[in-house]
Amino acid sequence: MKLSWFHLMPYTDLPDDFKERHPSVWVDIDSRLFDPAKAHHMYNDFMDELEFAAELGFDGICVNEHHSNGYGMMPSPNLIAASLARRTRDAALVVMGNSLALYNPPVRVAEEFAMLDCISGGRLVAGFPVGTPMDTCYAYGQNPSQLRERYHEAHDLVLRCWTEPDTFVWNGRFNKLRYVNPWPRPLQKPHPPIWIPGGGSIETWQWCAQMDYVYAYLSYFGYKAGQATMDGFWHEMERLGKDRNPFRAGFLQFVGVAETRAEALDLYRESAEYFFNRCLHVDARWAGPPGYASEATLRARVSSQVAQAAGRASAGAAFGAPSFEEIVDQGYVVIGSPDEVAEKLREVAVSLNVGQLMLLLQYGNMKKELCFYNTELFAKRVMPQLRGLFEGEWENRWWPKPLPRDERALVRG
Amino acid sequence: MSGPSERSVRVNSEPCRVWEKGTGEPLGFLAGLGGLVEWTPFLDSLAQTRRVIVPSLPGFPGSGPSHRLIDTLPDWIAATLDLLEASGLDGCELVGHSVGGMLAAEVAAFSRSTVKRLVLIAPFGLFDGAEPVADVWARRVTEIPELYSTQPAEFAAARLTPPKDLSPEAVVEWQIVQTRASEAAARLLWPMGELGLAKRLHRITCPTLLVWGAEDRIVPASYAKRFASLIGGAAEIRTVAGAGHALDFDAPEALSKCVHGAQGR
Repeated sequence: MKLSWFHLMPYTDLPDDFKERHPSVWVDIDSRLFDPAKAHHMYNDFMDELEFAAELGFDGICVNEHHSNGYGMMPSPNLIAASLARRTRDAALVVMGNSLALYNPPVRVAEEFAMLDCISGGRLVAGFPVGTPMDTCYAYGQNPSQLRERYHEAHDLVLRCWTEPDTFVWNGRFNKLRYVNPWPRPLQKPHPPIWIPGGGSIETWQWCAQMDYVYAYLSYFGYKAGQATMDGFWHEMERLGKDRNPFRAGFLQFVGVAETRAEALDLYRESAEYFFNRCLHVDARWAGPPGYASEATLRARVSSQVAQAAGRASAGAAFGAPSFEEIVDQGYVVIGSPDEVAEKLREVAVSLNVGQLMLLLQYGNMKKELCFYNTELFAKRVMPQLRGLFEGEWENRWWPKPLPRDERALVRG
Repeated sequence: MSGPSERSVRVNSEPCRVWEKGTGEPLGFLAGLGGLVEWTPFLDSLAQTRRVIVPSLPGFPGSGPSHRLIDTLPDWIAATLDLLEASGLDGCELVGHSVGGMLAAEVAAFSRSTVKRLVLIAPFGLFDGAEPVADVWARRVTEIPELYSTQPAEFAAARLTPPKDLSPEAVVEWQIVQTRASEAAARLLWPMGELGLAKRLHRITCPTLLVWGAEDRIVPASYAKRFASLIGGAAEIRTVAGAGHALDFDAPEALSKCVHGAQGR
């Protein structure tokens, strides 16, 4: 299986009384809480952490896109990925991803992803999320009734950019482009692997099946809450006649490793509570712009347990205020010794049937030293126990195919 | 209160419901946010002296999800013109409320012969940053009733709660219709309900009445003066005391009197 190291880049200095004094971590978060001099150190620490994970042998390093968000300081994940492309050698660059409807024209995504693929020697995973309501409809003013239509048109345009050798005309519903001819083109052919981060929408599952893309369920609520969604996903794959190749699916899991479970409980309490209380303090006003969820999804949410659970998990973001004990009990964070964590993650991977596992080993206000400790213990004593799972049995058709190592550029310094 | 007759017309090849009641000179009504799921006392009051014709805009209750065929403001204007013509309202008096008011103003500006007299009830269409129009789509559920109405409990029971005798499946469909209406309005108005109407209002030269609930928490009552100053023809302002944005709900009789008054009755 593939193990990737995911960074959200949370602002680590939200005040203790953030929840009491501020309505939301997202959209209208008070900009006076943002100290650029502190952010200078945060960004550099975070990029150190991503580079450290790559050095220690994680298969991929993951970045993502958020806007006006106190727990996600990457309006442009491509900027971070560009730096990582130079500072890492072998890890896949999993950009999860670019919210297609927000780029005008979406050709920009085709161009920047192609740049990243060329600079990194073919290590890019291209993630195409629709984006949350907060990011797309509120912070970026996109019309919720048109968001998915624009997303799908942008997707088709980006794919054509990557696969059409001639300059072409794009006379779309939302994009009118007389000359489309991006330069550069991606190194991976026909294009980098495409992963779709999504919630529990049946239409997204069907689309991933149709397009043969990875479906990545990026929940913050761990494997227990994720089970119903992933069961629903695999049930739909079966219904559509697709195989159970676990590499079709990605899943995100918070982890805290220490020498002993007691030590882990002690070490990760503060940062987990910081994340699940301060970072997920999202005002319910932003939960549901009309049209963001399709009518089919709304109907399913009422009538199906699967979609209900997924709906709860995503709605939970608006209301979550759990204690550390609940965070651990509910499986939001997998906590323990290296052996315990390895056993649990193996169980999770098999039970959810997920081959592309993404780990959050930095969360909340976790300091760099603790993050390094968590990352190193994971790499040295958990990862070896998970290596080989699903390999041989299933082909991972959704992993980057870089240039051979000896054909890649030697980066100076 | 007896209900209206009902028929269906096509806009972009998709069905839209048309209600009709009363006799006399035709009077069109384009509903506001949420549309109309049932005939209301306000409409019934209008129908006492007029032949009231109430076409449903695409995406609003009485139509399907045909708002998704509409992308731009010109698409909306064309759809509204088609709807008015198909309903027998071309060249007639037209009343538009809220989102329906914005479209009534747009068609009156684009096509002077379409509207003989215009009544705009708390229309969207302008935006003043010093006194912004509320974001109706960034609200906690509990805030909605008092945002719309000065009688929030009654409004919530009448407009935001499914009828008691519905089956569970029908409740789901009722919710879908509500959400769809909200989406249809958002498709036109997102994110702030301003699409350049200020540049076109001078083209409205028919007699125009502007009616506002004095306690409108969505489009402030002060917007009446902004509209009046930009409209090309004679524009009269009436304010209804004690009413919010849903003044057809809050003050149906007073609103009906205002509308009738505008027609010199």
